[in-house]
Amino acid sequence: MTAPAAAASQAPTRPILSLRGVSKNFGAVAALTEVDLDVAAGEVVAIVGDNGAGKSTLVKVLSGVHRADTGTVTFADREVTVASPADAHALGIATVFQDLALCENLNVIQNLFLGREVRRGRLDEVTMEIRSWELLRQLSAKIPTVRVPVASLSGGQRQTVAIARSLLGDPKVIILDEPTAALGVAQTAEVLNLIERLRDRGLGVIMISHNMEDVRAVADRVAVLRLGRNNGVFDADAPTEEIVAAMIGASDNAVSRRANQRRQSRQRRQRKEEE
Amino acid sequence: MADVREAAAAPLDLLDERLRRGEGLKAALAGIWGRVRSGDLGALPIVLGLVVIWTVFQSLNSVFLSSANLVNLLMESASVGIIALGVVCVLLVGQIDLSVGSVSGLSAALTAVTFVKHGWPMPLAMAAALAAGAAIGFVYAQMVTRLGVPSFVATLAGLLSFLGIQLWLLGDTGAINIPFDSGLVHFAQLAFLPEWLSYVLVVVAAGWLFATGYGLARTRRAAGLSARSTTLLVARSVTVLLGLGFAVWYLNRARGVGWLFVSFVVLVLILNYALTRTGWGRSVFAVGGNAEAARRAGINVRRVYTSVFVLCSTFAALGGMIAAARLAAANQSTGAGDVNLNAIAAAVIGGTSLFGGRGSAFAALLGILVIQSISNGLTLLDLDSSFRFIITGLVLALAVMLDSVARRSRVAHGRAA
Repeated sequence: MTAPAAAASQAPTRPILSLRGVSKNFGAVAALTEVDLDVAAGEVVAIVGDNGAGKSTLVKVLSGVHRADTGTVTFADREVTVASPADAHALGIATVFQDLALCENLNVIQNLFLGREVRRGRLDEVTMEIRSWELLRQLSAKIPTVRVPVASLSGGQRQTVAIARSLLGDPKVIILDEPTAALGVAQTAEVLNLIERLRDRGLGVIMISHNMEDVRAVADRVAVLRLGRNNGVFDADAPTEEIVAAMIGASDNAVSRRANQRRQSRQRRQRKEEE
Repeated sequence: MADVREAAAAPLDLLDERLRRGEGLKAALAGIWGRVRSGDLGALPIVLGLVVIWTVFQSLNSVFLSSANLVNLLMESASVGIIALGVVCVLLVGQIDLSVGSVSGLSAALTAVTFVKHGWPMPLAMAAALAAGAAIGFVYAQMVTRLGVPSFVATLAGLLSFLGIQLWLLGDTGAINIPFDSGLVHFAQLAFLPEWLSYVLVVVAAGWLFATGYGLARTRRAAGLSARSTTLLVARSVTVLLGLGFAVWYLNRARGVGWLFVSFVVLVLILNYALTRTGWGRSVFAVGGNAEAARRAGINVRRVYTSVFVLCSTFAALGGMIAAARLAAANQSTGAGDVNLNAIAAAVIGGTSLFGGRGSAFAALLGILVIQSISNGLTLLDLDSSFRFIITGLVLALAVMLDSVARRSRVAHGRAA
């Protein structure tokens, strides 16, 4: 059922990052089995899947936290090994983890440059501040001042800081793990705008999400994982039911049953009102 | 039209229309007032506390604020103050060292034994004691980072063990006198700045403050960022010049400013520079704020912990030597009793958070002045140590409560907790 959809939506250009047959086992548990994934420059690929589908494992393989057991990773036409977060960084694969990993007590500049401060003997705060502003301007980030501790920023602003930080190393591919999970409506819209700007700058974006609405709002293609395996790649305008079915594994599932029930009860109510 | 031009000329970091802008002395004062109201109190409570403590003791005994007594107070504060510097570092990464008192006692005993009994030259004896302190810190760091022992427990074990070694080193007599003619004792008891030099240092300090501030302001303006106005910088330097000048003049009416206290202040300034202007300092704050985030940012967290524990024990060893030199003897009570808790209390009263990531080197200086003032004042009133413990305890409780309230206010006003 999903095969034709997958065939219809191959990557539009040569992929900058592609995975072939990547598997990862944790003891007896096969977290990923023969997973393929392509991301092109200037493309947003969403990875969706139910709990335990292997989304986070895939992120960790790409960001160098875990090593894949088998399979190949090709980056910019070269086969590479991503053995550590530093490797990923050196290649130009940046990851924004779900918990953002910011230091609340440090200000925006200090967080952006944490671990790679600009030095001229001592820390060069002025240069760092200027580059912080340039970076935040590029992202049209709405942060009034960079000299406040991150603790006083809103969730969306923190997400922006985390994304800006990942851009400092001039990456080619950026991976966002559940970027909108903890955000409100307006902040979510802000982050989605940010993702579109990243795409427009020619970055390949991989976005992990639970939220189908957000996925459909920005993704060019949607890759579905189910129980650690590929379960189809869809165009962003594919019907939600179809994608959900691929996530859960059948057209008759809890989600569709619930939707049907709601539809029927609504129809029943309407009939009553008409009477 | 005017608004547009103004916005275009605004510095890069003040472009956001939500920011309130203001320049000069008045705006700076308003900014400080706004920060205080939102609970970002800085050093204000400690300074107010000192004023209250000094007023009370002065009204009870008019000797308290005399030049002679203040000279004495400053000299006495150096040893525990130096220990508190190390405690600040450990607290900044969210750890604790409960053994600073024992380590300082051990270091005093070690210095005395090698210098007096074995006839080592003084520099060698001191270096050996400092090295022992550094080694102790290194062992703590390994226990904490490699074996996962909580620093509370590791240093509690150290407290007992090193106290034992101190007693064993001192032997049956329990005390070793350090000759008065040794350089260390002279330095800690009798070395004072010549009057002219003390004033020169005040001018140098004020001038340096202005020069660095002006240099930074010029770089920032050249880069299109907002900067402190020159008026403000001049005002700040003149305030420091007059304040320090008056203090030095007052102290010079008695014995003057001791080299020991000047050295302590220099250590505070060096540590402040290291914490705020170097990559090491930045990583200390980062580890204290969020160790996992620091690790993912590529900071070697284990190395940061190690550096901090080593620094803390080394400062403790130095403080112990100074304490022995002040007394011209290393005995069983050097570093015992309230030294441990006074050092930790000084760091906390000075505004260092027990939870890591918040504090400064000046906390040790301000905190120890509070503690030493209480101790000194009560001694003048002929009240014994029971009162000293009670009142120091109350002040510590007050300081922590004030910090908690201020923290809540900071959170409510959207500042860093």
